[in-house]
Amino acid sequence: MRRLKAILAASTVLCATAAAAEGVKLEVTHWWTSGGEAAAVKALADVFGEKSQNEWVDGAIAGGGSTARPVMISRITGGDPMHATQFNHGRQAEELVEAGLMLDLTDVAEAEGWRDTINPVSLLDSCTYEGKVYCVPINIHSWQWMWMSNKAFADAGVAVPANWEEFVASAPALEAAGKVPLVVGQQDWQARGAFSVLLVAIGGTDLWLDIYANKNAEAVRGDAMAKVFEAADTARNLSANSNVGDWNLATAKIINGEAGAQIMGDWAQGEFAVAEKVAGEDYTCLPGLGMNEVIQTGGDAFYFPKHDDPDVTAAQKELASIMFSREAQVAFNLKKGSLPVRGDIDMSTANDCMRKGLDILASGNVLPSSEQAISQDTEQQMRDLFIEFFNDKSLSTADAQERMAQLIEQAD
Amino acid sequence: MADISYPTDARGAKPRRVMTKGNVILWSTLAVILAYYALPLYVMVVTSLKGMPEIRMGNIFSPPMEITFDAWHKAAFTACTGLNCEGLSRGFWNSVEILVPSTILSIAMASISGYAIANWRFKGSEVFFTILIFGAFIPYQVMIYPLVILLREIGLFGSLWGLVLVHTVFGMPILTLLFRNYFTSLPEELFKAARVDGAGFWGIFFRVLVPMSLPIFMVALILQMTGIWNDFLFGVIYTRPDQYPMTVQLNNIVNAVQGVKEYNVNMAATLLTGIVPLTIYFVSGKLFVRGIAAGAVKG
Amino acid sequence: MQTQRPNALFRNLTAKIAALPMIATALFVFVGCTLWTVYYSFTKSRMLPSDKWVGLQQYERLWNTPKWQIAVENLLIFGFCMMILSLVIGFVLAALLDQKIRFENTIRTIILYPFALSFIVTGLIWQWVLNPDFGIQQVVRDLGWQSFEFNPLFNPDIVIYGVLIAAVWQGSGFIMVVMLAGLRGIDEEIWKAARVDGIPRWRTYVFIIIPMMRPVFVTALVLIASGIIKVYDLVKAQTNGGPGISSEVPAKYVIDMMFGNQNLGQGFAASTMMLLSVAVILIPWAYLEFGRKKHG
Repeated sequence: MRRLKAILAASTVLCATAAAAEGVKLEVTHWWTSGGEAAAVKALADVFGEKSQNEWVDGAIAGGGSTARPVMISRITGGDPMHATQFNHGRQAEELVEAGLMLDLTDVAEAEGWRDTINPVSLLDSCTYEGKVYCVPINIHSWQWMWMSNKAFADAGVAVPANWEEFVASAPALEAAGKVPLVVGQQDWQARGAFSVLLVAIGGTDLWLDIYANKNAEAVRGDAMAKVFEAADTARNLSANSNVGDWNLATAKIINGEAGAQIMGDWAQGEFAVAEKVAGEDYTCLPGLGMNEVIQTGGDAFYFPKHDDPDVTAAQKELASIMFSREAQVAFNLKKGSLPVRGDIDMSTANDCMRKGLDILASGNVLPSSEQAISQDTEQQMRDLFIEFFNDKSLSTADAQERMAQLIEQAD
Repeated sequence: MADISYPTDARGAKPRRVMTKGNVILWSTLAVILAYYALPLYVMVVTSLKGMPEIRMGNIFSPPMEITFDAWHKAAFTACTGLNCEGLSRGFWNSVEILVPSTILSIAMASISGYAIANWRFKGSEVFFTILIFGAFIPYQVMIYPLVILLREIGLFGSLWGLVLVHTVFGMPILTLLFRNYFTSLPEELFKAARVDGAGFWGIFFRVLVPMSLPIFMVALILQMTGIWNDFLFGVIYTRPDQYPMTVQLNNIVNAVQGVKEYNVNMAATLLTGIVPLTIYFVSGKLFVRGIAAGAVKG
Repeated sequence: MQTQRPNALFRNLTAKIAALPMIATALFVFVGCTLWTVYYSFTKSRMLPSDKWVGLQQYERLWNTPKWQIAVENLLIFGFCMMILSLVIGFVLAALLDQKIRFENTIRTIILYPFALSFIVTGLIWQWVLNPDFGIQQVVRDLGWQSFEFNPLFNPDIVIYGVLIAAVWQGSGFIMVVMLAGLRGIDEEIWKAARVDGIPRWRTYVFIIIPMMRPVFVTALVLIASGIIKVYDLVKAQTNGGPGISSEVPAKYVIDMMFGNQNLGQGFAASTMMLLSVAVILIPWAYLEFGRKKHG
């Protein structure tokens, strides 16, 4: 086998030198494949294409993070990594960084003063391990939104609600008009996210922090959480007839007026944009369910697996720098419907909803994402719990509350 | 096609006149069963020929009012995932490049192993065989991680040959079982006569057994070609994007929902990906049964 | 087989060398990876394997997790039904086709073709056919039966049967071919004798033919069972474990844990349980097969 290895190694070297002459081909892996997402990636790749001699080779893997991550992790641990790869903000990639498999971007970050321009700074902290920067935050995605179809409410003859309670009150009218009041798809993270939004809106920001940051299981067992679970019980009843799987198909039900509302992060906005719907006219966005307007600073970041070839490393750093540039931030985030990670850029072309988000962000009313606070393991266990809760009426609110408390007790 | 290619003739009651009571029951039962098996294919074909508006309005069983090949064209050449808008065409030749060496190597390995176990049993050969059968029950996904490490250590990770090796390993249990059963079912006198004539291990294999074993090689060929062609998991993990097989594109097309699920494109893509194995089945169905008859059933 | 002649060692050596790839596969891949998996199931491995020993902790958590309990329950239901249905349907269809009926080739091809399609494709097709808004339910309602209810994929109580419908569709054709081949291998004289004795046809099948086909059933059983325990792609494509967690299966739990939760230790604990149950069934079988009767 050693000879084979030598031959293979030799051929790789040949390829690498050939590539260096005409710019490096950078393979970028991500799971952005829905309409709005693909448009956003294209915007990003276009900026890169204009500014760089190197080439963006797109390695999209459809099916969401759960399909794509096995591929990413296998490739990186297998010693044949891609050149840049998407992970969510937070702790998903922390072990790869600890194992020394990721490229240190500290020199780029310091030279360009990322720490001064990034907003909020906690995003860069998520990328930092032992004082070194290992990833580029590219956007902020906040879960704390509800999207409503103006058409559905018009058909039902009720006004578009301004908060969760009004929405619950208007649900019977929607049902009478043959609409699904609240659409929740079958992907586990959708149910989980909807619950989190209810938690922040009804229980408040401090309760959220107490649970996720302090891992206070008694807070989960408390009365405030009982109220949240009651609201979640209402939500699961209102969403019982969703009959839909993917999140963007659920959003499509809002777009065509089959359903009244969807609790979903701001990436839903990309779908409205692709369908050429206008905020305020065709659909209404409600940050924090109209009760507690915050921006949750989840989102995506790019990591750059280590390569031996200095040309590749240089190209990777160039890509990192371009991803953080003003131009790329504006182009990418307008298409994606997410908020930029820099506080110093002009987003005047943003639409109504996005501007609401920018205002909240500017006011400093921010919350980390749960992925930043808890491990992927605990996060996924939460998802399992809430997808079960939303689909199995025999799981009582009290039992679900106790199970969540146990998960928080075991969380790390 | 006549039935003469079967080892022996069909059995059971003699064919009777049409329209006896038994025949009516037989054919109506068959009709229901055939509907169950055939309808999905029908739905796929019909759906792939419709436009999206018609799909949204009509029911899935109605024939298309207006036949359009747009969905086929889109699936083959223009469907997008991320930035790549080349549809399935991107993966076709990759699939072929993976298929040919993987099929040949896995069948060669498994036939030799089956031969060694069946005709040259040595101490421990049955233990290894049992382990192989055990391997048939291991979910592939469980092996992903250790195999990544194994391939990394021998320096084949991320190369076409790494993937070929993986297909060979996972094809081995069932194929070895088939070959072993087939070779044990051959008359032992043949083997003994060849030994008396002084033929050795390879001589007997290539001059006596292989020429007699066309049916079982056909079965192995069909099983492997289908299995490897349909593989998604290994293709996506053990290769890199420029080598991705067609199924990766298929997954990307059907999972990359752009606003509305384009069922017609999904169905066309599904059919296009399935064309190779489907053709093999439609063309060689008879050989398949014959090979199974000869190989799988004599334990 | 009598290979123990004076010069047998050399010949055996060739056979052993030829069998080396198989031996290597068995030892390094199947045994090696299994031991590796079992070892790390006792550790606190997260995204990457780690040596931090935690004893049985992963197993305790495993059996306390509702998702795993449901997955095991589903596998038992699915496995039992799949086994029975595949064998019965496979055998009955083979017996029907064995009646020298017309169009045998066409019919066989129609029943066999789904086997050419991958589980992912199978899942997609049946997701589409069973879709409540477009599929069978809507078609029957359009025919005038408004209250018709057939929505297995969105009903937690029966979703596993929706998966079963698709699995039987995909796999039973192959079992039929195996059975048909077995029936064709039965001696004509048996049938003649049974007919002469005036034994009804169904009794001939049940009491004479089926016992004679034991090896065929064993082969079929190995094929079906190995497919059942591995079922993952189909569920992933058709229901993704939903609605809720009601169609989870063990293989999916393993994958979810390894890559979704980034908790390798937990995933390995689950796969060790699966491997253990296979071994429990397989070792007695191997003992019966090789331990007692000697071929040749």
